[in-house]
Amino acid sequence: MTSAPNSYENILEIKDLQTSFFTKDLEVKAVDGVSFAIPKGKILGVVGESGSGKSITSLSILRLLKEPGKIVGGEIKFKGENLLDKSEANMRKIRGNEISMIFQEPMTSLNPTFTVGQQISEAYKIHQGLNKKQAKQRSVEMLKLVGIPSPEKRVNQYPHELSGGMRQRVMIAMALACNPELLIADEPTTALDVTIQAQILDLIKDLQERLGMGVLLITHDLGVVAETCDYVAVMYCGKVVEYTDTKTLFKAPKHPYTVGLMKSIPQHDQDIEGDLAVIRGSVPSPAEMPKGCRFAPRCPFATEMCREKLPDLVTDEEGNQIRCWIYSDEWDGDPEVNVHAETERTTESY
Amino acid sequence: MSQSTEHIENTRTAIKPPNPRFKNWRLVYRKLKKNKSAMVGGFLILFLIIVAIIGPYFTPYQPDTQDMLNKLQPPSGDNWLGTDNFGRDIFSRIIHGTNLTLIVGFFSVLLGGAVGVLIGIFAGYYGGRTDSILMRLMDILLAFPSILLALAIVTVLGGSLQNVIIAVAISSVPVFARIVRGSTLSVKKLEYIDAMRALGASDARIIFKHIFPNITSPIIVQATLNIATAILSASGLSFLGLGAQPPTPEWGAMLSDGRNYLYNAPHVALFPGLAIVLVVLAFNMLGDGLRDAFDPKTKE
Repeated sequence: MTSAPNSYENILEIKDLQTSFFTKDLEVKAVDGVSFAIPKGKILGVVGESGSGKSITSLSILRLLKEPGKIVGGEIKFKGENLLDKSEANMRKIRGNEISMIFQEPMTSLNPTFTVGQQISEAYKIHQGLNKKQAKQRSVEMLKLVGIPSPEKRVNQYPHELSGGMRQRVMIAMALACNPELLIADEPTTALDVTIQAQILDLIKDLQERLGMGVLLITHDLGVVAETCDYVAVMYCGKVVEYTDTKTLFKAPKHPYTVGLMKSIPQHDQDIEGDLAVIRGSVPSPAEMPKGCRFAPRCPFATEMCREKLPDLVTDEEGNQIRCWIYSDEWDGDPEVNVHAETERTTESY
Repeated sequence: MSQSTEHIENTRTAIKPPNPRFKNWRLVYRKLKKNKSAMVGGFLILFLIIVAIIGPYFTPYQPDTQDMLNKLQPPSGDNWLGTDNFGRDIFSRIIHGTNLTLIVGFFSVLLGGAVGVLIGIFAGYYGGRTDSILMRLMDILLAFPSILLALAIVTVLGGSLQNVIIAVAISSVPVFARIVRGSTLSVKKLEYIDAMRALGASDARIIFKHIFPNITSPIIVQATLNIATAILSASGLSFLGLGAQPPTPEWGAMLSDGRNYLYNAPHVALFPGLAIVLVVLAFNMLGDGLRDAFDPKTKE
């Protein structure tokens, strides 16, 4: 970058992040060379199946990985500074203050022995040194901000007295207490009812606009992405396979994996008699990763080249990124292939 | 739509008791109240504590007043539980010994428990090498029967009541460390601990503020049961002459004095022995009851 060292366009910039889990004689690459960026005040969605490395990526950003997980390479630049160079004490000052995180399970993410107010207060006590009374007052304000009715009463209640949606709101209040510049939301709506999901997503989006923070939204639900995100990174087996803005992705998905994901969403305006579309096979075990393109064993278009050589993440003129041989001139398959044409259907009917 | 769900939630919480703060403790108390033996144990302990505090002011004799003309007398109207080989009133001596017994029990468990909890919580939280080293040390301590270990420690430190407390405390450390380590291991994996780490809480804050309150119930149960064991070990040490020194009216020491007269005057050994049985039984009954009450699987 040519500008001054402390100016930055992207609140978060990840370059070639590699996170591995080490067993006695095996290194399992859970995140393998992931790069993406979140511009200030934008929402980036990271989509992928279970085991694609999306949660590990988010934990890597906050450096909260537990043994035997370890970041082995790459850069995580937050506001232009590499988080991997920071001491643990400095990381603690960032966590919950500048970068916050909300988790998947609102039912277990709150400590049952403390009131909601006491838990939100922790953020103020840790980062702003407020006393009990001030912290509680701020907690009430936060509860109000996240749309919890009668916050003065709720602040004294215990988690078990709140519904799942309410608890997720409390989690959001806790995460946003210190006005962070980046919010990492790890599947924030997965454990909630569909109606509540919409409310929580609206809340996140609304608060993101009001507070102007960047959001990294991790999900396996493309519907959530369509509703909330500005940009999307599709992950498969620890690698980003497609990275573009949401509109482009939904208008013209390029990677066969993305196409498959989209086709497997049941469409209410289509023939409901037929079977659901599927992506055949399952995610390969990280210990037996294919040598070529990781999606090749499941890809309907895979050729010899796909199975032998791993494609690079290529950026096109518009800045969209794709990791697929089909879009390369070197590809040995049919150059006229249409990734949207072929759809596999389940054999069993539901 | 959200308005209506909020309304429903408001009415739902309105029926709930206003102060949920001690809800869990109230539930434990309710379960405990239904357990007869635990309540008997509890009241016995309460009674013993009262005796220990005010009893010494109301005893008919001083614990070390000798009356050589009246030695080894069986129980009578003057000496309710008889007299010992120096003519001292056994009833008065037992009353005066109550607080010694309870103090040894409480303090050795307090000391041993505190150290054990710290070791267990650090081992469980940090895991890895810290865990291996600390727990192997605990295994070494556990390899000896606790009374043997206490005996060895008192032999080194010298016989006194204070050293008995230290010895018994040390021998109870590994028990606490093991239980606390196990509970810490299960609590630290919970998501709310991750949430606290993501909020920037330090290790110390997480350990003491967020893990500790969630592992108190097994600690309380173990402490109650361990008081019984501690009292027994302490009496045992005094019986062997390594604890309280004469003329301290310690129950174990009194039992030891009485064993020479078992044939002619069995009451000298019998009553201190019964007193030990009673207090150990009381703590065991309460401890068992507490364990059941804290167990979420038992029905109310």
